[in-house]
Amino acid sequence: MGDYINTLLFGIYPYIAISVMIIGSILRYDRDPYSWKADSSQLLSRKGLRLGSNLFHVGIILLFFGHLVGLLTPHVVYAPFMSAGTKQVLAMTAGGIFGVMSFIGMVILIWRRVSNPRIRATTKPMDMAILIILFVQLILGLATIPESAKHLDGSSMVALAQWAQYIVTFQPGAAGFIAQEALVFKAHIFLGLTIFLIFPFTRLVHLFSAPIKYLLRSGYQVVRKRG
Amino acid sequence: MTIRAQIAMVLNLDKCIGCHTCSVTCKNVWTTRGGVEYAWFNNVETKPGVGYPQNWEDQKSWNGGWELSKSGQLKPKAGGKLNILSKLFANPDLPEIDDYYEPFTYEYDHLQSAKESETVPTARMHSALTGARQEKPQWGPNWEEILGGEFAKRSKDYNFEAVEKSIYGEFENTFMMYLPRLCEHCLNPSCVASCPSGAIYKREEDGVVLIDQDKCRGWRMCVSGCPYKKIYYNWQSGKSEKCTLCYPRLEAGEPTVCSETCVGRIRYLGVLLYDADGIKEAASKKDEKELYQAQCDLFLDPNDPEVIKRAREDGVPDSWIEGAQNSPIYKMAIDWKIAFPLHPEYRTMPMVWYVPPLSPIQSAVESGLLGEPGVLPDVKNLRIPVKYLANLLTAGDEAPIVSALERMMGMRAFMRGRTVEGFDDPEILKSIGMSEDELIDMYKMLAIANYEDRFVIPTNHREYAGETPFDQDIAFATRSECGFSFGNGCHAGGPESSNLFGGQTHQNTLSGKPRDSHEKF
Repeated sequence: MGDYINTLLFGIYPYIAISVMIIGSILRYDRDPYSWKADSSQLLSRKGLRLGSNLFHVGIILLFFGHLVGLLTPHVVYAPFMSAGTKQVLAMTAGGIFGVMSFIGMVILIWRRVSNPRIRATTKPMDMAILIILFVQLILGLATIPESAKHLDGSSMVALAQWAQYIVTFQPGAAGFIAQEALVFKAHIFLGLTIFLIFPFTRLVHLFSAPIKYLLRSGYQVVRKRG
Repeated sequence: MTIRAQIAMVLNLDKCIGCHTCSVTCKNVWTTRGGVEYAWFNNVETKPGVGYPQNWEDQKSWNGGWELSKSGQLKPKAGGKLNILSKLFANPDLPEIDDYYEPFTYEYDHLQSAKESETVPTARMHSALTGARQEKPQWGPNWEEILGGEFAKRSKDYNFEAVEKSIYGEFENTFMMYLPRLCEHCLNPSCVASCPSGAIYKREEDGVVLIDQDKCRGWRMCVSGCPYKKIYYNWQSGKSEKCTLCYPRLEAGEPTVCSETCVGRIRYLGVLLYDADGIKEAASKKDEKELYQAQCDLFLDPNDPEVIKRAREDGVPDSWIEGAQNSPIYKMAIDWKIAFPLHPEYRTMPMVWYVPPLSPIQSAVESGLLGEPGVLPDVKNLRIPVKYLANLLTAGDEAPIVSALERMMGMRAFMRGRTVEGFDDPEILKSIGMSEDELIDMYKMLAIANYEDRFVIPTNHREYAGETPFDQDIAFATRSECGFSFGNGCHAGGPESSNLFGGQTHQNTLSGKPRDSHEKF
C-alpha cells in the first residue's frame, strides 16, 4: 500500500501535474489572453512593495533556477569539479540565503495583502491561495536544510536529482528513489508538483511572459502596419 | 526619408471655457467600467495648478519622458532597458491612486430603500475600492477648478520655473487659464519605449498610439514612462488603458468624441505629413528650446511636389495627401505659427498642440499708466505671464509665444477695425507679418470655426488593409469589434463573469450600490 501511494504521488502525479500545467497554460493563452497578466496592485498601495516584492521575486527566481540546475544536472557532469557532498553544502547555503530572502519578502507581501483594506478588497481567492501555498512551500523548503544537515554525504541529494532526471526522461521506477527519503522532502516535492498543477489557474502565468524580448527589441519604438 | 501621415489635434485655449463637456463625453464613452473610474482619458485642468495626477509635469519626481545621456544619446528618463526591467517588481516612479483620487460612488440605492425618517435620506459617499464610507474626496481631475485651493499649493506648478511667482498670489495680479489634456499620440512616445511587452504601438497609417489589451501584461512601466500621465492602470483588470483618439470614429472620417462635443469649438483635427526617419535626431537636440522648431521641421509641406511623390511611394493614400493639404493643423502650427506642443522638453514630440490664450491687459495699462509702444499693446502686459506660457509650450522660449499672441491680438484689432470702424488698418498687418488673406483665413478658422474647417479627416482605407486591394476578409473581420471589455467577448464584465482563469472582484460602481464588504474592515 505504501508503495502504491509512493508510485502514485511521485511516479504518476508528476506527469498529471506537468500535463495540466502545459495544456492549461496553452489553453489560457489561446482562449483567454486578456487574463494573462502580472496583476500588480502597486497602484493601490506601494507601501512595503519596494522591499517585499523585490526580495520575494529575486529570491524566488534564484531558488527556481537553483532547483532547475541542481536537480537536472546529471552527476557525471559536475563530478569532475566537485563531490556530491560539496554540491550539497553549496545547495544548502545558496538555498538558505535565497530562501530567507524570499521568506522576508513573503511575510511583507502577505502582511500587506491581509492588512491593507484596498489590497484585501481587490484580492481574488486564487491570489490569496497561491500566496499561502508558495509560503508553505518556502517553509517546507527551508525545513529541508536541517534535515539535509544530518547527512552531508550528498547521497540524499543525488537520489532526489535522479528522481527528477528519471521523471523528465520518462524512465520507469523514478518513485523508487524517493521512497526512503524524509517526510519533509516528500512534502516539499508533492506541494511543488501541486504548484505546477494549479499554475495555469493562477497569476503565476506571468512568469512565462518575463519580458526578456524587451532587451532584444531593436531601438525603442514599436510601429504596426495596418492589417 | 520615410513619409508617414498622422492625425494631429490643436486646441485653441483662447476659446476654452472650461465646461468639461469633452471630459464627460469621453468618460461616458471610454471609462465607465470597473477599475478605471478614476481615469480620465481627457480632463480639463485650471492652470496654474499642480493638476491630475498631482504635480504630473515635474519629471524630476516622476521620471517620465526622455533625456539625453551624457554622451548625447536619447534614452528614457527612467533609464535604459535593463534599468527599466530592474524596476519590474516594484516601480519606484509609479503614481499611487491617491495622486489621482480614490474612486468613489454615492449610495444612491439608500434614497429608495431608506425607512421613513424625520430628515431627508442622503446618498453618502463610499470608496469604490473598499466600500468604506468616505467623508470627502481629496483630489480629482479638476480639483483646482477656477483657482480652487490656496495659492501656496497651486504655486508648486512646474510652469512657474524662472517666474517671480509670489505676486500672482495677490488678488490684483492673479491669472488663470484652462488646459484640457489628453494623450498626445507622440511621434516619439516614451510609453511605447518603456513597455517591456511590446504591447503599445503606434499605428503606421494614422499615428494613433494604442495598447494591445491582449498583449499587455500589466508591467505598468508605461504609466510612469508617459510624462503626461495619460496612461491609466486598470486596478480591476490589471491592464493599462489609454486614449484611443477614438480611432473607430476617425477611421470613418468622424472627429473624436471630445472634439465633436466641444461647445467652444476649440478643437481641430487634421493630417500632418512627417519624416519618420528624422524623429530621433529631432528629439535629440541638445538645447531644449530647439525642440519646438525641430518638431516643426519634421512636418513636410503637403503642397511640395517632391513630398507628394515621396508620400505616394511610402504608401500614403491620395485622400490623405489631400487631407494634409487642407489640414487646419498645418495652417495653425506651420503657416501661422500660433499652435505649440505641450512640454516639448519631454522629447516625446507630442501631436496635440495648443494655441496659447490671450488674457486681459493689466488694468495699469488700461488706465494709461503704461504707454502703448506700437499699434498693438505689448503682450508683456497681458495678465498671463508670457514666461508661464513659454514654460508650458516651448520649453521656456518666449519669442514664438510672443509672436503668436501678437498675431491673435492683431487679428482681433484688424477685424474690429473692419467691422466696427469700417477701416482696414495696414499697420496691423505689417506689424504681425501677415497678408490680409492669411489674416482673414485665420479669422475664419479661429473665430468662425466651421465644422468642416475644424475637422478635415480622411477616412481610413481599411479596404486596402490586406495583401490585395479591397481585401474583404480583413475589412469585414474587423467590423463591429467591441471596445474595452474584460476580455473574451464584448460583455462588460462583473463578478458573475468569473471563470477558471480568474474574474473580477468588484461590481461596476455606477450601479449605486457600494461594495457591501466594507463592514469587514
